[in-house]
Amino acid sequence: MMKTWFKSGSPWIWLNAAAVSTCLIMVVGVLGLIVARGVGHFWASPIVSMSYQEDDGQIKTIIGEHVDTTVTPAAMAKSTGFKMAANEDVLIQYLIKTGNRDLTGSDFRWIQERNVKSQAEPADLIVVERREWGNFYGKLTAVKENDKVIAEGEKAWDVLQDRLKIALDLHEQIAHLEKKEIGAINYALEQLRLEQRGLELKNKWSAETATEFANRKAAYDVNYKKYQTELADLYQKVRRDSLIATTESGDELAIPLSKVVDIFQPNKMGLFAKVGHYVEKLSEFLSEDPREANTEGGIFPAIFGTIMMVIMMSIIVTPFGVIAAVYLREYAKQGFTTRLIRIAVNNLAGVPSIVYGVFGLGFFVYILGGSIDSIFFPEAAPAPVYGTPGLLWASITLALLTLPVVIVSTEEGLARVPKAIREGSLALGATKIETLWKTVLPMASPAMMTGLILAVARAAGEVAPLMLVGVVKLAPTLPLDGNYPFLHLDRKFMHLGFHIYDVGFQSPNVEAARPLVYATSLLLVLVIIGLNLAAILIRNHLREKYRALEG
Amino acid sequence: MSELNNSKSQSSLNTATTSHHEKWRLLKDAIMRRAVTVGGLSIIFAIVVIFFYLLYVVYPIFLSASAESVAQYPIPEESAGKTLFLNIEEQNEIAARFTDTGQVIFFEAKTGKTLVQKTVALPEGATITSVALASPVSEGAVIYGLSNGQAVIVKQQFKVSFNGNKREIIASIKYPLGETPLVIDDTGAALEKIAFKVADGAATIVAKTANKIRLTSIEKEQSLFSDEASLTRTDSFLDMPGGNITDILVDKEDRNLFLVSDDGSLSFIDISKKSAPEIKQHLNVVEAGQKITSLTFLNGDLSIMIGDSSGLVAQWSLVKDALNKPAFQRIRAFKVSDKAVIAINAEQRRKGFVTVDADGKMGIYHSTAERELIKEKISTAAPLATILSPRANALLFENADGKIHFWKVDNEHPEVSIKSMWQKVWYESYPKPAYIWQSSSASNDFEPKYSLTPLVFGTLKAAFYAMLVAVPLSLMGAIYTAYFMAPQMRIYVKPAIEIMGALPTVILGFLAGLWLAPFIEEHLAGLFAMLMIMPVGVMLFAFSLQFLPENVRQKIPDGWDAAMLIPVILVTGWFAFSISVPLETAMFGGTLRDWFKNELGIGYDQRNALVVGIAMGFAVVPTIFSIAEDAIFSVPKHLTTGSLALGATPWQTMARVVLLTASPGIFSAMMIGFGRAVGETMIVLMATGNTPVMDLSVFQGLRTLAANIAVEMPESEVDSTHYRVLFLAALVLFLFTFVFNTLAEVVRQRLREKYSSL
Repeated sequence: MMKTWFKSGSPWIWLNAAAVSTCLIMVVGVLGLIVARGVGHFWASPIVSMSYQEDDGQIKTIIGEHVDTTVTPAAMAKSTGFKMAANEDVLIQYLIKTGNRDLTGSDFRWIQERNVKSQAEPADLIVVERREWGNFYGKLTAVKENDKVIAEGEKAWDVLQDRLKIALDLHEQIAHLEKKEIGAINYALEQLRLEQRGLELKNKWSAETATEFANRKAAYDVNYKKYQTELADLYQKVRRDSLIATTESGDELAIPLSKVVDIFQPNKMGLFAKVGHYVEKLSEFLSEDPREANTEGGIFPAIFGTIMMVIMMSIIVTPFGVIAAVYLREYAKQGFTTRLIRIAVNNLAGVPSIVYGVFGLGFFVYILGGSIDSIFFPEAAPAPVYGTPGLLWASITLALLTLPVVIVSTEEGLARVPKAIREGSLALGATKIETLWKTVLPMASPAMMTGLILAVARAAGEVAPLMLVGVVKLAPTLPLDGNYPFLHLDRKFMHLGFHIYDVGFQSPNVEAARPLVYATSLLLVLVIIGLNLAAILIRNHLREKYRALEG
Repeated sequence: MSELNNSKSQSSLNTATTSHHEKWRLLKDAIMRRAVTVGGLSIIFAIVVIFFYLLYVVYPIFLSASAESVAQYPIPEESAGKTLFLNIEEQNEIAARFTDTGQVIFFEAKTGKTLVQKTVALPEGATITSVALASPVSEGAVIYGLSNGQAVIVKQQFKVSFNGNKREIIASIKYPLGETPLVIDDTGAALEKIAFKVADGAATIVAKTANKIRLTSIEKEQSLFSDEASLTRTDSFLDMPGGNITDILVDKEDRNLFLVSDDGSLSFIDISKKSAPEIKQHLNVVEAGQKITSLTFLNGDLSIMIGDSSGLVAQWSLVKDALNKPAFQRIRAFKVSDKAVIAINAEQRRKGFVTVDADGKMGIYHSTAERELIKEKISTAAPLATILSPRANALLFENADGKIHFWKVDNEHPEVSIKSMWQKVWYESYPKPAYIWQSSSASNDFEPKYSLTPLVFGTLKAAFYAMLVAVPLSLMGAIYTAYFMAPQMRIYVKPAIEIMGALPTVILGFLAGLWLAPFIEEHLAGLFAMLMIMPVGVMLFAFSLQFLPENVRQKIPDGWDAAMLIPVILVTGWFAFSISVPLETAMFGGTLRDWFKNELGIGYDQRNALVVGIAMGFAVVPTIFSIAEDAIFSVPKHLTTGSLALGATPWQTMARVVLLTASPGIFSAMMIGFGRAVGETMIVLMATGNTPVMDLSVFQGLRTLAANIAVEMPESEVDSTHYRVLFLAALVLFLFTFVFNTLAEVVRQRLREKYSSL
């Protein structure tokens, strides 16, 4: 029986089927892993308070979030140095996020389940999200105004809410002043300096221009002084209030409200409150700047940078890709040249992306950028303007990288346009370009769209070349702002993919940043899979349409 | 070209009514035709530009050096005595001539115009009997040994100051140990040979008097109670005859002393303890009958270049021997000339050197790369004194014709050669030749090690393990999906697997590095158990289906086996991981990882080739799957139906008809997959430790060409050798994938033609 079964070959078919199943499990598993880890990050998980017996026998209180649990078999635990009793089969360990890094030196702590004596979730525990030192976990005791206690005990929480609102409002004003107003003045002063240098280089710097420049500078300085006093005033106000809280070890800690982002009591929250909190945190994640070496806060600049880069790239790649495809399909004589070009296009698609990065760095940045600098921006020397990695070069490099995608897709679309349509147009007296422009290209436009979407998906996920041609871990300014000429193609930018690499692998506090990386990954995966699905849908729709036309 | 004719004939038809508008339309048509053609051809142009640009950056590293005479002029202040040696400062503006009468003449290097003349304070009646420069030459310390047993140490200085945008260099000499000569030999015997090292007011001086070698050390000792420092002096004699010593070298660390004698032997003496110098080694460094004619330290003082009368320059270096003791060993030799090598000048910042032979021929060499960069006759007779500038871009020498010649040398990239990049190279202080990639370090006299071999090895290793994971999965998957799977399932499965290919590799790398690597480290045994148990489980499940009642079996839809297997695989996988721990405790007495380490001596890195293989395999699966599936799916149906009609089972048809027909397509799928694995950057960057080791072990890390570029490119200096070598790595990757993709493309086109003819 077994023999005949083997002879029939069906075991091999089953094994092949198993390979497909494995692939599917892997795909779903990876996506599931990212979703599971990425989604949970913003949920307000309960804070536990445990009395824990330390190795030396002392009983201590540990307050924190339960992050992870590991179960280690006794044998393995023994080999890593744990003492195991004979009746213990497994060692259960919890990873607790205890926060309070300024006091304990670390955010996380592994503890053993067997040493936890008791465990509770007191409702009055608070989580303070701070601008520095990560989260604080503890109990609120009082609110202070200029070293004077204004609320204590039960009342403290409500007072704190009001005071925090004021502090956050002030903080926003400060940020606006510093970034927008003073940033604009700094930018203008820098422009002024460059203008002066430019005039000097052209030997047009004279006493008149000198006074004119001095006047302009003085005007800026007046404004600057004004903002400075405003700022000092705001700082004074924001520093007024602070909260007093006790930590797990009972120590008191004063946290100035100017350093607080958010305060909440997860153990008191109901489901609706938690959902509300989740939405709030999610929107914060999407719209705010990162803090603490990118390990906390939002990823807005990375999203913005990615979108800017992708838009620039699309503007560059679409015309080139379409023209190349039109040439291949409509103009070129099918023969050796077109075959050569097709192979070249295929090869271009297969060249490792890092090679594009190297090419972009050497050719675009140093050669093109260097020449642009020496011709158009001699006043900026020795600081480079375009002779250094930046948004423009990153976009061009990625446009080159995604060119084959657009060409192949557009060509496919052109090939599907029935010949009768072209001939009909020509027979009615249209020139070739009119035929193309008015009939063929509009019909092929969904195919171009598909190509462009695939190109965008590829560009959004590409990191290796960007590391060489313009991405940075932290860009002080966005490439688009209110200062003339508004779009700054020479600036470096942040990118979601590079953000994942940087935070996941080069940040000082990987463990704390990990949930953030999963959340960022989830966002990137959603965007890219969404784009790809859109491309597939458009393609299928297109096929249906032409099938109808041909029939 | 029917369209073309159409438009032409149409235009001729309309000639009668040709209006301005008509002309404009035709013009537009013609312009667009040109524009589109130019646009299309620019694609070829782009790929050509990429290739040639990479080549353009790379090729200077293979260029030879060039040298040209810039100026020659009479010896400045010839009356001030014969030249002992020459020197030149960094900017090649000022040169110095040290004469046997104790004069130092600073002159313009380009014109020979005397700038300033200094006199070294020598005691009355004494003449200079020996002179030496301390290592490194850039410090400019010089010692004169005198006929009365005394010695004078001077230091030449070039101070650079900026007056506005103009650079000014001022030359001067000073006495680091004071102007009073040091009494070396109190009997007043002449110091025939001398060598020294001076630093911070302390000095070590080795001198030869008659037939004795004396070691004098002057150390500064800080007094415990006051700020005053007192000098303590130790004198000792080497326990060897010194009569035939012709040259002495003291290294810059003040630790090793080398003596060369006229019979061609070299003595290596440890002088780290000044009161008790220890003779370590005494060996013959030239062939019998030959004489040592010149020697110098190579930059860094770890090797000595020894030139002999047969025209051979050998590099002798301190190498740890079998007993882990430092011993002097010859690590390479250059045949420089047929005549005696009369001078060797080491470069001050690289491991290069310049030789001059008795015929007046100059050669520039690089030791690590074993390259002869140039050989040129610079004079008709042996030059009397030669000096290479600190930046190794100028050569100054005095000729027997009484003139000083100033040559410009252009030698940008001597550090690499084909041999140093692809073969084993014996680096300084390594016990034997090795493949090493170590591109930079903080220190100035670091020997860069540009061997691309470990990187190529790492690239192929990563690609190999990735293919090991990807090929079985994707090909078997493709076979099943294309041939056996129900069409309703196929329309979902194919896009699902293809979408996997769109996942950004940075995410795969991140998961591999931060999730998979620790997971595998902990569950290594589980992984192996799964590999064994899962196929067995699948087989058992499939076999047991046979025993289902006939009517139940009929209800199982055809071609949905893969869906049925998903729970089976999940259960066997879970089972494998859950039994792995008791199993490994029972079989290996601990973890499998420890067993590998202790029993087999295989170390375990957390981020290793196994992790890369799985993660990159995951990234390559969609590529191979998609192309192979297309190839199998488009095998003409009449072939398979014919085979089935003749009585072959579906599997026989698959294995002997379909696979055979589609094999070129499968081959090309594998090639493209391999090309992708070779060039993948982010996954290897994040999932390996990026250590450039050459170890086949699946549990060791690696560094690939692509990851190396990503790691080092941002920090490499533009147009440096390092920068160009990284471009070479990019070029290698480019060519590699180019060849593979072109091959795959050609195979695929052939296959398409074959299918259409079938």
